[in-house]
Amino acid sequence: MSPGENPLRRSRSVEIALFQYAAAAVFLWLLSGFWQLQVQKSGIYAQKAEQNSVKSLPIPAPRGEILDRDGRPIVNNAPSFSATLAAGKAYSANLPDIAAGLDLPLDRLQERLAEVSPNLARDRIVLKENLSIADMAFLEAHRAQFREIDIVQSQRRFYSAEGVAAHVVGYVGEIGKAELAMREFSLHGPGDKIGKTGIERQYNHLLAGKDGRRRLLVDNRGRSQGVIESIAAQPGRSLRLTLDLDLQAVAEMGLEGYRGAVVALDPRNGEVLAMASAPVFSANAFVDGIDGKEWKRLLEDPAKPLLNRAVQGQWAPGSVFKPIVALAALEKGLANSTFRTTCTGSRTYFGHRFRCHARRGHGSVSLNEAMTQSCDIYFYELGKQLGVDVIAEYARRAGLGAKTLIDLPDEAAGIVPSIDWKVRLFRERWYAGETISFVIGQGALTVTPLQVAQAIGGLAMGGVWHRPRLVSPGQLAEMREGHARREPRRAPLAPWHSRIIRQLLWGVVNAGGTGARARLDAVDVCGKTGTAQRVSNRTRLEHNRPEFEDDAWFVGYAPCREPEIVVAVLLENGAHSYFAAPVARDVIKAHFDKKKRRQLQLSATRPTLARLAERTQ
Amino acid sequence: MSLRPLPKRGRPFHDFDWVLIGAAALIAALGVLEIYSAALATQWQDAWSKQLIWLGLGALLFLAMSWIDYHWLVNRAAVFYGLAIVLLAGLLLFAEPVNGARRWLPLPGGLSLQVSEFVKVVLVLIIARYFGNFTTARIRFREALYASAIFAAPALLVQHQPDMSTALSYAPLLGMGILLSGIRWKHAAAAVLVLMLAVPAGWWALKPYQQERIVAFMHPEDDLRGAGYQPLQSRIAVGAGGIWGQGFARGTQTQLRFLPVPHTDFVFAAFAEESGFVGVFLAMALYFALTMRIVHNARTAADAAGMLIAMSVAALLLFQLLVNVGMVVNKMPVTGIPLPLMSYGGSGTVAFLMLLGLVNNVRLRRFTN
Repeated sequence: MSPGENPLRRSRSVEIALFQYAAAAVFLWLLSGFWQLQVQKSGIYAQKAEQNSVKSLPIPAPRGEILDRDGRPIVNNAPSFSATLAAGKAYSANLPDIAAGLDLPLDRLQERLAEVSPNLARDRIVLKENLSIADMAFLEAHRAQFREIDIVQSQRRFYSAEGVAAHVVGYVGEIGKAELAMREFSLHGPGDKIGKTGIERQYNHLLAGKDGRRRLLVDNRGRSQGVIESIAAQPGRSLRLTLDLDLQAVAEMGLEGYRGAVVALDPRNGEVLAMASAPVFSANAFVDGIDGKEWKRLLEDPAKPLLNRAVQGQWAPGSVFKPIVALAALEKGLANSTFRTTCTGSRTYFGHRFRCHARRGHGSVSLNEAMTQSCDIYFYELGKQLGVDVIAEYARRAGLGAKTLIDLPDEAAGIVPSIDWKVRLFRERWYAGETISFVIGQGALTVTPLQVAQAIGGLAMGGVWHRPRLVSPGQLAEMREGHARREPRRAPLAPWHSRIIRQLLWGVVNAGGTGARARLDAVDVCGKTGTAQRVSNRTRLEHNRPEFEDDAWFVGYAPCREPEIVVAVLLENGAHSYFAAPVARDVIKAHFDKKKRRQLQLSATRPTLARLAERTQ
Repeated sequence: MSLRPLPKRGRPFHDFDWVLIGAAALIAALGVLEIYSAALATQWQDAWSKQLIWLGLGALLFLAMSWIDYHWLVNRAAVFYGLAIVLLAGLLLFAEPVNGARRWLPLPGGLSLQVSEFVKVVLVLIIARYFGNFTTARIRFREALYASAIFAAPALLVQHQPDMSTALSYAPLLGMGILLSGIRWKHAAAAVLVLMLAVPAGWWALKPYQQERIVAFMHPEDDLRGAGYQPLQSRIAVGAGGIWGQGFARGTQTQLRFLPVPHTDFVFAAFAEESGFVGVFLAMALYFALTMRIVHNARTAADAAGMLIAMSVAALLLFQLLVNVGMVVNKMPVTGIPLPLMSYGGSGTVAFLMLLGLVNNVRLRRFTN
């Protein structure tokens, strides 16, 4: 056979050609696949490749510390680890395992993911903060499986476990939906921690730093292979409060076993030296995200532990209102030295019988005795003559019925009733009998403990009411926070009126008055007690229920002549001011003890300094 | 059939198929480079040098398979076949499973041999032996059935290792043999119909992971972390390569190990990421040239046996290319079929070079004298 004559070979050239066409088709088909992926959709896949290999991790900025006036930390941070999750659809399959492993409720996790996912700017959410060693071990062991999870080192807010200054400081928590829309949190995004209440919220803009970000090149197991870029976190700024931890501790100890509040101010500048509210809560529960049940329990607790009673609670002031009435009477020329009245235990006004707290009556009383013994009849008489609007004017002048504008959120304003007020609100005329209740701090009049401290403090200062502050304007100026220094409200008292008020309140404590328990040897204390009825005496006696017990007040300041500190104490259902006065006394004592200690230390260090100076010469 | 010595013209290498060798060498070079790049800083980082050794060994066997007259080999196909069956059966009976498969024949020196790859060489010879003898224009149905039975034995043994991918790659050899032996179109149609009917039945014969891969292929977005992970990562790597590629050893998906097994089954995806569409086009052109060159040798073969050898090698190459590269661009489901000359692997590389040696052999003896 010669070449080319092979019958089989020739007859199969059709099949071979067929194969060649098929091969060409296969090559073209495959190439079209590459064309599609590499030329037409290259952009999409370049992006997906980056999503694969570039991980963007937050560098959480530590929040600024909150310090007391001596620079001692009230709230600081502790290093902790947080598990963060890349929010993405492809990962949802792992959620049940992750939730089980980290001991998180799955439904809540899914809810949160659903909230965050639509927001593309934030691709990560914090799953769990303050990871335990078991959590870390779990995540480490499942690293390859849960590539969407990363452990980030962060600074966890660390609050006092005993709730020291808990109501003042407030707490942080994850930003909520409503808060996202607020201007004050415009720099925050979903998943951020923000201050929810208290100082944490008021000064959130200073305390919150700015998170940094690291972009890492990672391999298929999520292990870092290098840093692409790193933007450092800007830590939050530390904030020094006017609060004195020593006084705060004394105030809180005094409240132990009560529901109530203590506020200590420096009446010379409005600085808050102590502010306590009881019962307390531990803010640490909020930091890691409080669970629904616990939150509900706190909200529904009849003792209202979350309420900052010092600024948010409103009560009838009772007799601690009397110094203001006394001032009104003095300035209107009513309560001069000749004005006396006879207390028989009760008196009828406008067809209604009003009692004095002393059943048997105080006999013939002057202003001095009326104040010392807190005689109600005397003040009924003053009130009847002064009229509601004059008393209301003086109450407002002292700062009642309006927010003090302290640097805390959600302050209550209280109510100072007047004829106008009643008509506006209730479309009802003012009954003259209401004035009689009003004048002894009952009826519609409500105040916060802070207002009481400010009002009496201003009175003690001779008519200068400083705006209460937890961060001094000087401190804010130092931080370049251009807060204009607010001028105090002034309504100077005539010096002799000032002196009379002082003598009256000195007498309450030092001359056998109702506030004798607030007396101190080292320093002159002035003050006024108060007992505010929650219900009528008859109801209280008939029902004998603890929540119908009277609220006990005491407000005092010292030294009487040049006051440095004013303390208001409220004990809810405290029955009698007998229990309130010692609390205030202890705070005042702590203040002066500390001052004395300071002076001793100072005199002890001075010679040393002098010796040092000699040596260097 | 008598032995045909090489033409004694003194320049034995002159007549070698240098086009075929050149294309194969270039492809193998691209392969070694990509294996080097893909396995950088992994436990496979010296795979490229091993691959070079395999290529060297393969080159020697290429020479051997070129020198020995293919008729001599074809005439002894039955012996090789018997040996292959014994080895495969022996593997199933005696071999220690490696990763759950009895695929490897241990050799002295710590090496091991993937017998199923070399079975391909035997089967090519069987094709030439069995179909090369027919003188009629068309084979009968029964003869096609016999041929299928001959193939079924090693295929089933390999399938039981288990290694369905390799077993499957024997099919194109058989198909090509039957096609070239003049199958009636009616029979061909009937066979296709039977195969199509067998597909749903065969579904139940698949292992769960194989079923998952098919499902993942049909619905690529459903299970991106399970069976859908490999195709997705391959697609991303290929797409990220773009037109010009990310550069040698600089493909993020390859280097950061998002791409699975980037030096073996997915070597072409790694190559596509780092050298882009331009590189892919070049490599595909080389493969196309190689395929067409093999077909050319079939056309010029001296006899039916030579033509059958060359065509079945071409069919095998095209099949493995289609399945492997098709998998890389997500046009085919995930299987473990390597890409000839590029994927890392001793047995596959050596066996394929032996097959190319056979083709060269056919070319050297294309002149009847």
